[in-house]
Amino acid sequence: MWILDRDLWSEIFATLGKNLFRTFLTMLGVIIAMIILVLLLGGANGMSNGFQKIFAGTASNSLFVWSQSTSEPYKGFERGRRIQFKLEDATILKEQIPEIEVLAPRIELGSHRGVVTVYRNGLTSGSAVYGDYPNVDEIMKKKLVEGRFLNENDMTGSKKVCVIGEETYKLLFEKGEEAIGEDVRINGVFFNIVGIYKPNQNINIDGENSVYIPFSTFQKAFGSGDRMGWMAISVKSDAKVPVIESQIKRLLKNKYDINPIDERAIGSFDMSEVFNNVKAFTGVLQGVSFFVGMLTLLAGVIAISNILLITVKERTKEIGIRRALGATPKVVKRQIVLESIVITVFAGFVGFAIAVGFLAIANNLIGDNSDMPFYNLMISIPQFLVSFILMVGLSVLIGLIPANRAIRIKPIDALREE
Amino acid sequence: MIQIKDLHKSYKMGKNSLHVLKGINFNVEEGELVAIMGSSGSGKSTLLNILGMLDSSDSGEYILDNVPIKDLNETKAARYRNKFLGFVFQSFNLINYKSAAENVALPLYYQKVPRKERQEKALKYLEQVGLKEWAGHLPSELSGGQKQRVAIARALAAEPKVLLADEPTGALDSKTSYEVMDLIQKINDAGNTILIVTHEPDIADMCKRIVHLKDGVIIEDKKIEQVRAEQYV
Repeated sequence: MWILDRDLWSEIFATLGKNLFRTFLTMLGVIIAMIILVLLLGGANGMSNGFQKIFAGTASNSLFVWSQSTSEPYKGFERGRRIQFKLEDATILKEQIPEIEVLAPRIELGSHRGVVTVYRNGLTSGSAVYGDYPNVDEIMKKKLVEGRFLNENDMTGSKKVCVIGEETYKLLFEKGEEAIGEDVRINGVFFNIVGIYKPNQNINIDGENSVYIPFSTFQKAFGSGDRMGWMAISVKSDAKVPVIESQIKRLLKNKYDINPIDERAIGSFDMSEVFNNVKAFTGVLQGVSFFVGMLTLLAGVIAISNILLITVKERTKEIGIRRALGATPKVVKRQIVLESIVITVFAGFVGFAIAVGFLAIANNLIGDNSDMPFYNLMISIPQFLVSFILMVGLSVLIGLIPANRAIRIKPIDALREE
Repeated sequence: MIQIKDLHKSYKMGKNSLHVLKGINFNVEEGELVAIMGSSGSGKSTLLNILGMLDSSDSGEYILDNVPIKDLNETKAARYRNKFLGFVFQSFNLINYKSAAENVALPLYYQKVPRKERQEKALKYLEQVGLKEWAGHLPSELSGGQKQRVAIARALAAEPKVLLADEPTGALDSKTSYEVMDLIQKINDAGNTILIVTHEPDIADMCKRIVHLKDGVIIEDKKIEQVRAEQYV
C-alpha cells in the first residue's frame, strides 16, 4: 500500500519542511477558516442547546385555552357575551378527543391576570392566585427552590396549602426567613406554604408573582362552584397541536352557542408553534453557520492550492529531474495532492483544537447562567466528521490543480540549461 | 545497443519550422564510449534528448536494447528512462535538499527498490566514485567535481543500459574535467555503454569514437585511439 510508504511520506514532509515559514503561512488560512467554522457551528449549537434548556419542563406539544367574550351574534345571543367554561368541559374534551394527553383545568381569583392582595404579618403582595390541578406540572414544570409542588393528596383533601413564587416570597418575607410551613392570608382564608418556585425568565405564562392553591380548595374557599378559567393541555406526540386546537374550539363553540366564525370568543395559545419557530430559527442558524464556515474553508483551501502552484513553479527543475530519473506522472501528481491534503488536514486539526479551546472557555464563562440563550457550545461528532470529510475532499480537488500543472512540466523544458 | 534510422526532428518557431535533425543514422554497440560533437545549433542536444526519451522524433526509428522506442506516453517514457538510461547533466541537477546518498538512491526509489537495499546500493556507487565519506552531505557542501561524481553515481545506481552525458564537464575546470573523464573511462572499462555530448575536443579525444554533427546531419563518424585521462590527473 502506497499510503504506508515511509519514503513517500518522508518525501512529502521534506518538501513541506523545506520552507516551514511559507508552509505555516499557507496553513494559516485553513486554520482560521476552521476556527471560524467551528466557532460558528458551536455558537449555533449552543443557542439551540440554550433554547432547549430554557424550554426544559415545558411540554412542546401543548396549548392553552381560555374563555373571552363573543364578537359575533349567534342564535339570538348578542355579541359581547362573556363565556364561562365549566369544569365538566374538561371531562367532555378528554372523552371526545383521545389525542389529549394531559388536561389541567385552572381557575384564578379575579379576572384574567387579576391581582389579589396576599397578606402575611402586615406585609402584602399583589399576586395572581390560581386554583390548579397538580398535573399542570406535567405541562409546565415548576422549578422549585424549596419544598414541593401541589399533589393529589392536597387535591382530594382540599388542603389549604399553597406554592408561592420567589417574587411573592421576597415581598412577604425577610431575606433568609424560613417560609415553608408559614401561613399567608388570601381573601380572609389562610394557606400554608408548602413550596417556593423560581419562575422561568424566558417563558412566563403565569406571571412573576403568583400563588398556586389546589383547585378543590379554591372551589371551597372562594365558592367558585363548577367554574373553570382556562385549561393547559398537552397532546400526544403523534398528534398535531393546531388540529387538536381547532377540534377543541369547535366542540366548545358548539357547547356554548358561539358563532363558528367567531375568532375572539375562545382564546388559545399554541406552544408548539413557539417551539417550531425556535427550532426553525436555530436550524437556519446552523445551516448558515455551516455554509459560511465551509465557504471560508474553501477560500483557505484555495489559498493552499495557490501556494502549491507557486511551489510547483519553483520546483520545475526538481520535478524535471525526478521525471528524467523515472518518476511517472502519477507519482508526481500523487505527491502534490498529498502535500495539499497533509497541509489542509494538519491545519484543520490545529484550527479545530484552537476553536474547541475557545468554545470550552466560552462554556466556562457562560456556565449555568440561565438568562443567556447559550448553553454547552460545542460541535457534534457528525458535524465534525462532515466538515472534515468535505475539507479533505476539497483539498484533493484543489490539490489536483497544482498537481496537473506539475505533470505538464516536460523534463526537457525543466532541464534546459539557462 | 542503439540503432537509429533516418531520424528527423523539426521545431516550429512561429510560422517557420526549424529542421534540426535531417535524417540521422547510427548504431552504438554495447561497451562503446561515443562522443557526439558539434557546434551549438548542430542538433547534438536534440539528438541526445531523443535518445534520452525526453523528446520525441518526428519520423525515423529508434531501437534501444532491442526495444523499439515509439508511441511513448509520459508514463511509459518515464519507465523506460528509469529502466534503460542514466543521465548526467552539465549542471549536475542534484536535488539540493537531499543528501548525496539520497540523490543517488532516487532512481532506485522510482524502481520501487526496498529502502534498505537502496541505501546499500547508493553507498556502493558513492564508493565507486570515491565519495563514500560524503554520503550524508548536501550538494551545497560539495565541490563541482564532487557534485558531478554524485550525479554519475546516481546515473549508475539504476544500472542502466546506456549512460547519457550532456556536457558533463561543461561546468568544470580542466583538472576536474579530467578527473570526471577518468571516472567515466573506468566505468566504460567495466563494460558500460556511454554517450557524451561535448564541444570540447580534448574531452572527445578521451572517448573511443567521435560522431560529428553539423546542421542536423552526421558529417563524420570515426573510431579513435582513446586518450586516457589518468595521465592528467
